[in-house]
Amino acid sequence: MTQRSPRASIEDPEPYRGPIDPALRRAQEERLLRVWENPRGLRYWSAVNNTEVGRWYTSTAFLFFLFGGVLALLMRIQLAIPDNDFLSADQYNQVFTLHGSVMMFLFAVPILEAVSILLLPQMLGARDLPFPRLSAYGYWCFLIGGVFVCGSIFFDAAPRGGWFMYPPLTTKVQTDVGADIWLLGLSFIEVASIAAAVELIVGVLKCRPPGMRINLIPLYSWYILVVAAMILFAFPPLIAGDLLMELERLLDWPFFDPARGGDPLLWQHLFWIFGHPEVYIVFLPSIALVAMILPTFARRPMVGYTWVVLAAVGTGFLSFGLWVHHMFTTGLPGISLGFFSAASQAVAIPTGIQIFCFLATLRAGRVVRSVPMLYVFGGLATFVVGGLTGVMVALAPFDFQAHDSYFVVSHLHYVLIGGTVFPLVAGLYYFYPMVRGKLLRERPGRIAFWLLFVGFNLTFFPMHWTGLLGMQRRIFTFPAGLGWDRLNLISSVGAFVLAAGFVVLLVELLRPRGRDPWAPRNPWGAGTLEWLGENPERPWGVRSVPEIDSRYPLWDQPDFMREVDEGRFYLPDAEEGERETLVTSAIDAEPLQCLRLPGNTFLTLWAAIATGGAFIFATFEWWWPTLLSTVAAFAFIVAWLWTGTSTIPEKPTKQVGLGLTLPLYASGPASVGWWAMLITMLGDLTAFVSLVFGYFFYWTIHAEFPPAGTTGPGVLWPVIGGALLLGAWALTILARRCNRLESGFAFQLSLVAAGVLAVAGAAALVAAPRLTGLDPTRHVYAAIVWILVVWTAVHAGAGVAMHLYCMARRAAGRLTSRFDIDIANVALYWHFVAFTAFVTVAVIAGFPLVT
Amino acid sequence: MTAQPSSVPEQRESLWRLAFAPALWLLHFFLCYLTAAIWCAKAGSGASLGGVRFAIWGYTAAAVAAIVAIGWNGFRRHAYGHSLAPHDEDTPEDRHRFLGLATVLLAGLSAVATSYTAMVSVFFESCR
Repeated sequence: MTQRSPRASIEDPEPYRGPIDPALRRAQEERLLRVWENPRGLRYWSAVNNTEVGRWYTSTAFLFFLFGGVLALLMRIQLAIPDNDFLSADQYNQVFTLHGSVMMFLFAVPILEAVSILLLPQMLGARDLPFPRLSAYGYWCFLIGGVFVCGSIFFDAAPRGGWFMYPPLTTKVQTDVGADIWLLGLSFIEVASIAAAVELIVGVLKCRPPGMRINLIPLYSWYILVVAAMILFAFPPLIAGDLLMELERLLDWPFFDPARGGDPLLWQHLFWIFGHPEVYIVFLPSIALVAMILPTFARRPMVGYTWVVLAAVGTGFLSFGLWVHHMFTTGLPGISLGFFSAASQAVAIPTGIQIFCFLATLRAGRVVRSVPMLYVFGGLATFVVGGLTGVMVALAPFDFQAHDSYFVVSHLHYVLIGGTVFPLVAGLYYFYPMVRGKLLRERPGRIAFWLLFVGFNLTFFPMHWTGLLGMQRRIFTFPAGLGWDRLNLISSVGAFVLAAGFVVLLVELLRPRGRDPWAPRNPWGAGTLEWLGENPERPWGVRSVPEIDSRYPLWDQPDFMREVDEGRFYLPDAEEGERETLVTSAIDAEPLQCLRLPGNTFLTLWAAIATGGAFIFATFEWWWPTLLSTVAAFAFIVAWLWTGTSTIPEKPTKQVGLGLTLPLYASGPASVGWWAMLITMLGDLTAFVSLVFGYFFYWTIHAEFPPAGTTGPGVLWPVIGGALLLGAWALTILARRCNRLESGFAFQLSLVAAGVLAVAGAAALVAAPRLTGLDPTRHVYAAIVWILVVWTAVHAGAGVAMHLYCMARRAAGRLTSRFDIDIANVALYWHFVAFTAFVTVAVIAGFPLVT
Repeated sequence: MTAQPSSVPEQRESLWRLAFAPALWLLHFFLCYLTAAIWCAKAGSGASLGGVRFAIWGYTAAAVAAIVAIGWNGFRRHAYGHSLAPHDEDTPEDRHRFLGLATVLLAGLSAVATSYTAMVSVFFESCR
């Protein structure tokens, strides 16, 4: 298969090549099986390992996709003929809002997390991702939030303000519960997305097989690394925006109300700072699938690996400089539009580079015809059309004409269906035998492809004309004789052809396949590690964690599959009955630690139900149940942390195979938990920065800010609050040090003092606007000061809960001078609290002095 | 220069370095946008851009110089040793050259994108 000679690196340990005792091998397999086996019956739903959670996640996301698709068909029925009354205007508003929201928040983003959770550990030859319970929690949050948001339409209560929910429509006009369902339901899911991002970043950087240096990792992991980092910086601005809008709706804080100093444009900024990177968050993982599928069928390694890495990283950055191109018609200065137009042109460069790398790989290889490749070709062709119309609408003068018309609808569907849906179906056909052990049949795949491809173009190509002829988005009907009639009818017919394609696919997916033979192992002849899996599947993921010398080990490393199967590499056994995987260094994948993973539990499900309750009850302003749910969620999460994290191992080190002994415990920057905390807090910090951005945004639009006559929040109270919080931070660091010095009493004492200072500091901060008479409902200045203060105080409060947790852990003997993950992570958290407090005080007390 | 695996230890590499050049593009982009937006918000919609354009050219000169320096450093790392493209061997040298090349490519893209941003200020003279 490969053109190159087999090779192995000089310094890597070689696996034992002699005979292996069959009895030992059987005993090892039995132990592994016992540890990794899925629970049966109802307890099945307590599973947390990536294969199960990944399957549920993928299936659920596809169900939401079908739901969104049915909503699309309802719209197309309504628009098939002029003056139609199939849906009322209000129903139509609900349908298009939910269609966009479901497709973006419940399908496009979750499917990337789902597929990554399913595939990434397999691609990295890992037993699981580092935080399996977090994945399970994220999944259950997604399911509950998704059902809640979708279900609203059956009660005629769905959001109606469009998927970007612009105020003042959604704050002044649509005052019913619909917008709250959108804000709270989707915020809940955004939290799940950030959880997945943490999991995937740490997974790619720290859970690779030994020898898989950074120049050898599968391209999929590069894309996922970039996308997860993008989620971390793109989602928090939306969460901040959601918070502002919910406060305006609930408590009448006037963030988007111009009469009281607010500005609806701030929402547009925050939404699109999320919304544009979102497009790439959705598109890059699907292209990542193409980057895995293409070399397999071209029968050669990817041409221009480094160039594809450039494209992934470059697109990730540039996508943050595009958001204003959604706001070209809001009256911003021409030069601002120019900057964003320029960046929108620039992003075509990396996107083009990766497409050319794909084409070069195909040209240089010997392409094997297959169903997945059909979808890849269809996807690339469609995406290129969408990309070209994208360059057109990135030109501000053209956009002035096309804005909010069907031209844009057509453009975005070409991008998203070509760039995301077609590659996903390719991935479905390609990875199905890996996940389910059976092949999907070719014929239905081809029939479905042509129905999808023809149906898609029939639906969306005419929309370019409908848009240029002046038809706006989101109108529920139109009069005859404007030249739109025939084009709309064609689009509606096309939509049903497209739907027929999905029906064919669905039938092929759901038909009983008990009598189908098991697929051969590695049926496509691929070169990457995910194809090590056996059919029928064994629950342990990979029989032994291999030593890697190549980008395509199955092609390049001789006898690789046999040696993995015979347990000749790392972790071939589970002697202590624990789930384990390897942690390796970020650049060269040197083995660093044998990580014990927590097992199955229902705690994550209960925690998700309680968290969901807190958000859902809050939507209806049922405050007592909200409070109860919050307390319950907190209790379940603490129970989960207490029983499943930073467990002290029964021995300090363990022999993992190939003569290597690794520690079982690591804390601080050497531990995966520390990195997870760091990454989470970077996301959290981004949300805070978005709020600070809000403060300065209001400063730019007002001639005088703070407004004349305002005295608050003054200097005294903010400075006292800030100083106390910095004191709490210093004492937390001191506690970490006392713990290292084995001084238990000093540890507890410093944490008590830290907690007291934190509470006092938070109180002083809140006192600042309160004692100086800042009423958050009167003017946006007071409201933005209040939100910064409350944000900081809440973080200090969470920090106090962490202090208490560490004190209890130390008292229970679960935190010691050597086993100190908990206090190391809490100290890291407090670095961020200290920074937040400092910035808050500098802004609310310092900035008014400067102006 | 001979390539000894021990001469490019992992500790001397960093993934962050890949991000420096595009991060400079982002910083330059935000500085240009914020300078112009704040100026125009305070000076009114018909106002001249005045010193904003000079500021942008200043930012651009600094950003491009830094990006070129990063790219040059990447090129020197890429030029190290004798291993051949596509740098897919399991050796520290190939890893080193791969990271160097990726840095150069990202610096190139960042330089182009930065100059795109700067070009806008050539064509606009007022806040309209």
